Amino acid sequence: MSTGGGLYGGMPPSGPPGLAPRLLELADALRSEGLAVGTSELLDAFQALAAVPWTEREDFREALAATLAKSQEDRRVFEIVFDRFFFRAVERQAVERGLKEERFSGAERLDLEELRERIAAAIREGTDGEMSDAARLAIAAFGRQGEGSGVIGVDVQRIRRTLGLRSETGQEAEGTPDVTTVPQDRLREFERHLRRELERDLIQRTRSLPPARPLSDFDRALPTASSQDLAAVHRVVAQLKRRLATQGHEQRGRRASTHVDVRRTMRASLETGGVPLRLKYRPRRPRRPELYVLCDVSTSVTSASVFFLSVLHALHDSFRKLRSFVFVERISEVTDVFERERNFAAVSHRIATDAGVADVSGYTDYGRVWLEFLDRVIDDLDHRSTVIVLGDARTNGRDPRPRAFGAVAERAGRTFWMNPEPHLYWNYGDSVIQVYEPYCDGVYECWNTRQLEVFATALTEPRR
Amino acid sequence: MKETLETVEEARDALSAVGYLPGESTALVSFLAARLGKPILVEGPAGVGKTELAKALARATGRKLVRLQCYEGLDESKALYEWNYRKQLLRIQTEGDAGWDAVQDDIFAEEFLLSRPLLQAIAETEPVVLLIDEIDKTDQEFEAMLLEVLSDFQISIPELGVVEAKSRPLVLLTSNNTRELTEALKRRCLYLWLDYPDLERELEIVRLHAPELGETVTRKLVEVIHMIRALDLKKPPSIAESIDWARALLLLGADDIDQSVLERTMSIIVKHRTDLDVVAERVGVKLAGRAFAAPRAQAG
Repeated sequence: MSTGGGLYGGMPPSGPPGLAPRLLELADALRSEGLAVGTSELLDAFQALAAVPWTEREDFREALAATLAKSQEDRRVFEIVFDRFFFRAVERQAVERGLKEERFSGAERLDLEELRERIAAAIREGTDGEMSDAARLAIAAFGRQGEGSGVIGVDVQRIRRTLGLRSETGQEAEGTPDVTTVPQDRLREFERHLRRELERDLIQRTRSLPPARPLSDFDRALPTASSQDLAAVHRVVAQLKRRLATQGHEQRGRRASTHVDVRRTMRASLETGGVPLRLKYRPRRPRRPELYVLCDVSTSVTSASVFFLSVLHALHDSFRKLRSFVFVERISEVTDVFERERNFAAVSHRIATDAGVADVSGYTDYGRVWLEFLDRVIDDLDHRSTVIVLGDARTNGRDPRPRAFGAVAERAGRTFWMNPEPHLYWNYGDSVIQVYEPYCDGVYECWNTRQLEVFATALTEPRR
Repeated sequence: MKETLETVEEARDALSAVGYLPGESTALVSFLAARLGKPILVEGPAGVGKTELAKALARATGRKLVRLQCYEGLDESKALYEWNYRKQLLRIQTEGDAGWDAVQDDIFAEEFLLSRPLLQAIAETEPVVLLIDEIDKTDQEFEAMLLEVLSDFQISIPELGVVEAKSRPLVLLTSNNTRELTEALKRRCLYLWLDYPDLERELEIVRLHAPELGETVTRKLVEVIHMIRALDLKKPPSIAESIDWARALLLLGADDIDQSVLERTMSIIVKHRTDLDVVAERVGVKLAGRAFAAPRAQAG
């Protein structure tokens, strides 16, 4: 959208009136957030809208969602964009027609303690409308009316702090509900209302519509607890497994097969009057990929280690022929730890305590790791093996021994490197990723599930 | 046809009447599917009633349910149609001295066609509900093959020509989201995400299926189930499992859920060894704590 000048972006020009142009604008907004909204989806949406009463907000929204958002992630983005889009549309109308709301005043006469409790109660069990009222009340009472910081996020946090609201952790004792703790999802809901009311305030004051910002990764992320990240990793790895398993089916012609497919041969023999002139073969089962995963667990990748270990954990769930190694200064094989232990917490505990990682100095020695790795698996590595290294390639000034790594890469069919550091930091300081890069089939930045998916796609692309 | 699902409310009532309590979006999407003749792609965790929705739709509309269970390696001879080659051979042999042309025309007739679920669904004169279960288990090639059926409701058989639908089936595809489906398939479907229901709705569902169970026990049961789902388990209990649990409690004649009842019957709702330990540890202890704070549990 173009901006019309002014401190807050002014008023972007409005398109032609009517429902259809608005829907197209909404589709545009959705596309800019990465949803694949094609013409056929739009046609479906129009058809669906013709079938539901458009005066019902819920039905209207569900009908659009069913036709435009085709996955759970898309659905979440859709909800946010839908709310934002129509909120802005309404506010624009309000500004254009000069409508104003009387703001709640007289807050200074209220008992602040009582107000706190009332707002907390509204958050805990109020309806949508009550919560939005509570948000306005909170802004009027604590928001220093008319002179917010100008940054809505800051104002939201300030009001929340002033209200002394904390989210429940689920750990506290039963029976005595604390007045200031509220369920986490309700609190998030309340923050959403606060944000919206503040935004409304700002638009009214400045009489201009700020440009719509693209959603951040944080907004997009499904509201899940950290423990469920593990599930997300497992999901991506399960996909990876499927792709690896079905990979290369098309090149594996039937000529290379040995078993006669009786049913298809009989079927073919019909063309020759029941005489089986042409034999039909059963396609051969695909080979199982062999994976070798090396995972850096030193202190420089502490934050990424948990992610990497969960990737390893998920890989073990999916692949039979998988050998996993962890390393710091030296290398140690942890395949059997993962195989014996199903629980992720127990696995990471065991690896941290007694997996036998020789960790004298706590500094990674990549050169030595390659030599030891070669020593252990040299006979097993062949062109069917895929080697995946998870590490930051920070050698702490020691010899990176690229030749040893080259030897590994040469024996293995394919070699990939996943680096938990942002691309910007590569080859900066003691990072020597460029030394290893020429030997790898691919080097990827990888520290969240989205990047893992990118990696999974790259890994299973047909070989050039 | 009993019900035609003319409005959203009708769809909701019709589904409720056959024992399926739909959420807001479920009713709406079912209605849209019936109205626009588009397939529904249903995704969600295992055991939230994806397959059940198809069965309920069949019951609600009084249609026959045709089911295609997908699995790895499913091909068109098991999904679409197959020539009955034994019968064809017999035919060739019995008509030994008939002209070649006559036999050739003869053996590729509908008489020799074994119709598999997809062909069967569109060849019925009465409209049916077609359930394509766990589409994510098949490969992308199979998905591509489905496209013709799903968008045009027709099947091309090289020897026969195009078989067009005599009636429009109501199609449901379910997926457990183990892999991303292709854009082409998604494009042709309405999307419905089914999640675990909230407490009140699940309460209604359990009440509907186990009405004899006491009110307080039912509520407590659903609360415990929700507590368990909040834990990080390998497989959280599904709606079907809550219902099973309710029925089991009914058989046992339990009038309250305390630690010992939970531990004895836990295996109905939790199906992994490590999960069992987690639940016993985290939820069982809570229930034991509640026994002392009895009034609160009773009031709940």
